[in-house]
Amino acid sequence: MITENVVKQATFELLRNAVTVLPRDINEALKKAYETEEEAIPKMQLKNILDNIELAKAGPLPMCQDTGIHIFYVTYGKDMIMKVEEAIKDGLREATKSVPLRPNAVHPLTRNNPGDNTGLKMPYINYRFSDEDFLEIAVMPKGAGSENMSALKMLTPSQGLAGIKEFVLNTMVNAGGKPCPPTIIGMGIGGSADISMKLAKEALLRPVNAPNKDPQIAELEKDLYEAINTLGIGPMGLGGKTTVLGVNIEYAYCHTASLPVAVNIQCWAARRATARIHKDGSIEHITHPKEGEI
Amino acid sequence: MTEFSLSTPLDEAAIRQLNIGDVVYLNGTIFTGRDEVHIHALKLLNEGKDIPVELKDAALFHCGPIMQKEHEKWHLVAAGPTTSSRMNSLEPEFISKFGVRAIIGKGGMSKPTLDVMGDFGCVYLAITGGAALLAAKGIKNVLGVHWLDLGMPEALWVLESQNFGPLIVAMDSHGKSLYEKVRSDTERNMEDVRKILKLD
Ligand code: SF4
Repeated sequence: MITENVVKQATFELLRNAVTVLPRDINEALKKAYETEEEAIPKMQLKNILDNIELAKAGPLPMCQDTGIHIFYVTYGKDMIMKVEEAIKDGLREATKSVPLRPNAVHPLTRNNPGDNTGLKMPYINYRFSDEDFLEIAVMPKGAGSENMSALKMLTPSQGLAGIKEFVLNTMVNAGGKPCPPTIIGMGIGGSADISMKLAKEALLRPVNAPNKDPQIAELEKDLYEAINTLGIGPMGLGGKTTVLGVNIEYAYCHTASLPVAVNIQCWAARRATARIHKDGSIEHITHPKEGEI
Repeated sequence: MTEFSLSTPLDEAAIRQLNIGDVVYLNGTIFTGRDEVHIHALKLLNEGKDIPVELKDAALFHCGPIMQKEHEKWHLVAAGPTTSSRMNSLEPEFISKFGVRAIIGKGGMSKPTLDVMGDFGCVYLAITGGAALLAAKGIKNVLGVHWLDLGMPEALWVLESQNFGPLIVAMDSHGKSLYEKVRSDTERNMEDVRKILKLD
């Protein structure tokens, strides 16, 4: 049985896994970046990052002090609709206390901090549906350093592909070292203003070594990856060959009169974790199959 | 790339000897301060009131740590830097009025801050963003906290450092900035970048 208690437990485990151990694709990309860099400063930045990842795993402790705000993706399988919001909140409160996570969620105007990472519409839960036999929960703790550098532009259709490329370049140059590069670029093209932004974030759920299935989009991902790494911004914006670990793009059809494009930047601490809860109530971790391993 | 081990309080001569690209390890007291500490401290100062710590010749860390309280004592869990540019509008006044000698953070700061650093004798030390446990290894002790009502990340934490680093001198007191250098490199690389993207 999938009970509220199981959802709470899964949430807690997901959060602990996410903030202490990076997914395999990110780890590999960071190691490769370390090999690629030649100069002392960028190499030192990547060495610090890799050493820090080991410390986090050994703790287990949060790899970064900014454990983010908490974006969840809940996918209901067949006949599985149930209320999960309270259970997720409870799991998050528990994780905040004992992992621990930094209490980041505040009222947008008074800046009042309830201290447990919850508040109105926070954590934010996206609901999706599938015809599988399990309930899937994914979490993306999102830090502010990278999120604050994100951008949306409503291009005109005539600006087209060139306009999209220019916009991404400007966004990256403007971001410089602020979002803790090497970063991962999530992009949403099309839809509407809100849809493109949502797609940009969802793109970050995809591993960096899995290109978009659409060959035209995959080519754009590859070209942007190569181009941005030629900029020379480098790890922490101190110069170097690695500015991004990947560019992931999702797209949607849009209005004939518009071309929305959104960029959501994710830092090297690209934390995400996914688990499935089966009908018998068992929890299967997908991104982090075993405790402390990936 | 010369390596330095410095202790707080920092005097002007110690700061003036540093050039961009140098590596620094810090020892002694370090204060954390981000948006709210800047706003709050400057407000008190301008009202003619005292602040609870001495920031003259101090090292200020743009950091909102994760702390845990065990047996009535604060214990540091993770302490990486926050994005320094958020403090751009406040830092020139903060440096010149309080006499801070070193700012530790990530991402760099704007020209007015660089100018004040040159006038007064202050540096910007870049610490690897997100490497919060590595940074925590360089902090021996939590000496105290002020203004905890601002919330854990925004409070003013007093930390005792030992071999805290490696920190890269990214903005020095001679008007040089590594970020400026990277920016002009980026401009130079733009031609190749545009070729890859088939932009004219
Ligand atoms: S941008 Fe990411 S790695 Fe950097 S401090 Fe924020 S959460 Fe941590």
